[in-house]
Amino acid sequence: MMKELSQRLLGPVTFALLALTIWLGLWVTPPDKVQGNLVRLLYVHPAVAWVALYVSFGTATIASCLYLWKRTRSWDMDRIAHCAMEVSVVFIILTLITGSIWGRPTWGVWWAWDARLTSTAILGVLALGYLALRRANDDPTLRAKRSAVFAIVSAINVPIIHFSVQWWKTLHQGATVFTSNRQLLVHGSMAWTLLISFVGFTLLFFWLLRARYRLEVERDAAYRAAFDEAVSLRQREGVL
Amino acid sequence: MTPSPVVHLRGAVALSSGFPLLSGVDLDLEAASLNVITGANGAGKTSLLRLLAGLLALSSGEAEVCGVDLTNGDLRQLRRRVGWLGHEGSFYADLTVRENLRFCALALGRPTDEIDAVLARVGLSSRVDTITKKLSAGQRRRLGLAWLLLRRAELWLLDEPYASLDDQGRTFFDALLADVINAGATVVLSAHDPLRATTLRPRTIGLVGGRVREVAP
Amino acid sequence: MIRIAWLVAKKDLRIEARSRVLLWQVVPFGAMALLLTGLALGPAHAGNSSAGPGLFYLVMLFVALLMINRSQVLESTPGTRASIATLGLDPAGVFLGKTLALCVELWVTGLVLLAGTVLVLHTALHGAFLALPSVLVTLGALAAAGTLYGAMTAGGEGAATLLPVLCLPAFAPLLIAGERAFSAALTHGGLWEWWVIVVVALVAYVGVGILLYGVLEES
Repeated sequence: MMKELSQRLLGPVTFALLALTIWLGLWVTPPDKVQGNLVRLLYVHPAVAWVALYVSFGTATIASCLYLWKRTRSWDMDRIAHCAMEVSVVFIILTLITGSIWGRPTWGVWWAWDARLTSTAILGVLALGYLALRRANDDPTLRAKRSAVFAIVSAINVPIIHFSVQWWKTLHQGATVFTSNRQLLVHGSMAWTLLISFVGFTLLFFWLLRARYRLEVERDAAYRAAFDEAVSLRQREGVL
Repeated sequence: MTPSPVVHLRGAVALSSGFPLLSGVDLDLEAASLNVITGANGAGKTSLLRLLAGLLALSSGEAEVCGVDLTNGDLRQLRRRVGWLGHEGSFYADLTVRENLRFCALALGRPTDEIDAVLARVGLSSRVDTITKKLSAGQRRRLGLAWLLLRRAELWLLDEPYASLDDQGRTFFDALLADVINAGATVVLSAHDPLRATTLRPRTIGLVGGRVREVAP
Repeated sequence: MIRIAWLVAKKDLRIEARSRVLLWQVVPFGAMALLLTGLALGPAHAGNSSAGPGLFYLVMLFVALLMINRSQVLESTPGTRASIATLGLDPAGVFLGKTLALCVELWVTGLVLLAGTVLVLHTALHGAFLALPSVLVTLGALAAAGTLYGAMTAGGEGAATLLPVLCLPAFAPLLIAGERAFSAALTHGGLWEWWVIVVVALVAYVGVGILLYGVLEES
């Protein structure tokens, strides 16, 4: 009952929160003292990056681990990992686009050799590599195992990539929401808008994941039907 | 009590790129028997051998080979117990005959001092230090047999083993098969036509469309 | 595991020594690529650029891609793959053996190209000598990562083109760390953080390879 209700409410709540973010971000919150109206990207870019780098990639990694662990191995886990990684690619691209839009007026260039920008781009290529690896293997078991190992190795790579690029060079501004000793840097309506945007985009991820997952279930059903048909055709070889 | 079959398949289906190579194979093979799989090109002969070797995934149905369940069992253990001889050539082309056999023996933890005897048995004593890619097709086939002899496999899976063998080679091969079957191994081989050898009494399994169509006798 | 690793490494190195692919194909490719980087820098910078360490590693990455592919191709013919699979080798041993063989091959090529960097790009000989330990460890990490990614793509559709797509993002931190450590050796600067990156990557790839190579092979 609760599960059904939460599933029904997921879409409307997500879009209500995103609409609220847009309204608060564009009309209610004030411009920044230094950045002016550019600060309004704060209500999109960090939340999108949070989903891209942590929520979706994390979901794909956890589902991959659960697939490889024999006790929890199921096609559901493989599907979740695949779908989460696809959604991750979308959010990583959005992160890079919104980051570039912010970078052009701030740094004067669309692309800078900044640590986070570079490591996000590398992570994007890793996510695309995951999808390419899935397409390269027809056998479902082979595909699931190889892509699960790749997702786990990629997740281990994330901190290595992050620190290597950060130590290499960084331009990116420091923590936006909290200081290093966890004091809030953003206040009032700006803080609320930021919080709502984080919740809204996180729910958007789960809404997209659910939609993509359902599509994958449909595909699997179609694959099974095609499988039965192919077996039946093969059995009739040399008989008809 | 009847001994359990070495191979037990029920409705075994195996796919490759969505195409059913095997479309529901029902088959039981007894230990220490010679079995010949026949059929036209594309009937599924090689695929059936690969399934039995644990090299092709079972998509649906039941399959048990040497007591190992192909769905949930330890395929690595099964693979160690079968001997595979493909028709493509199965060795490192840049290693010599001896180096290939030595690698096989050491990998399986077998003594390497059997290599010379095995090579003498298959008639390759004079080619011990020849690089494998310089062997003729027939000699490579003999090397494959040496590889299998060294392994002492329980289940021999031979994909068209008579191809590239001359009359002398065929006679030798028939004698070899008789010996390994007498020693308790089970042999499954593929061929386009039923076996012509008179000394062996094989069971012929006819495949059509990825299924067993007839078994004789 | 160690016994199988040693067996596989010896076998791969023996095949390499006999086929001479490294000597006649890979090393000339690396030398040519190094010359091309000099041409790309232009006459003003080719001989006096600080880009030597970075270009050395860039060329090494391309060389590594060739050699990873080669390492997988040894078992790629259907018959050989099937025969080797039926030996039921310990996958952790196979991973370590292939990594070790690839590592030795990368070291040999790396030493030749390092000499080439000194000769062609005028990188200081003393600095190159000081950078040698970091070069060897970085190439070791590349070998471990490459063996893992090579097994992931082996036998798949377009394996040769898929391999760089999977490898290069993972190689990026090794390129950065290797280049920084090399540059630090040239300028006598601090380099501990780059050792951290390289050693962590090496340990992570070897650990994951030992644990998960079997999953890839099992398939």
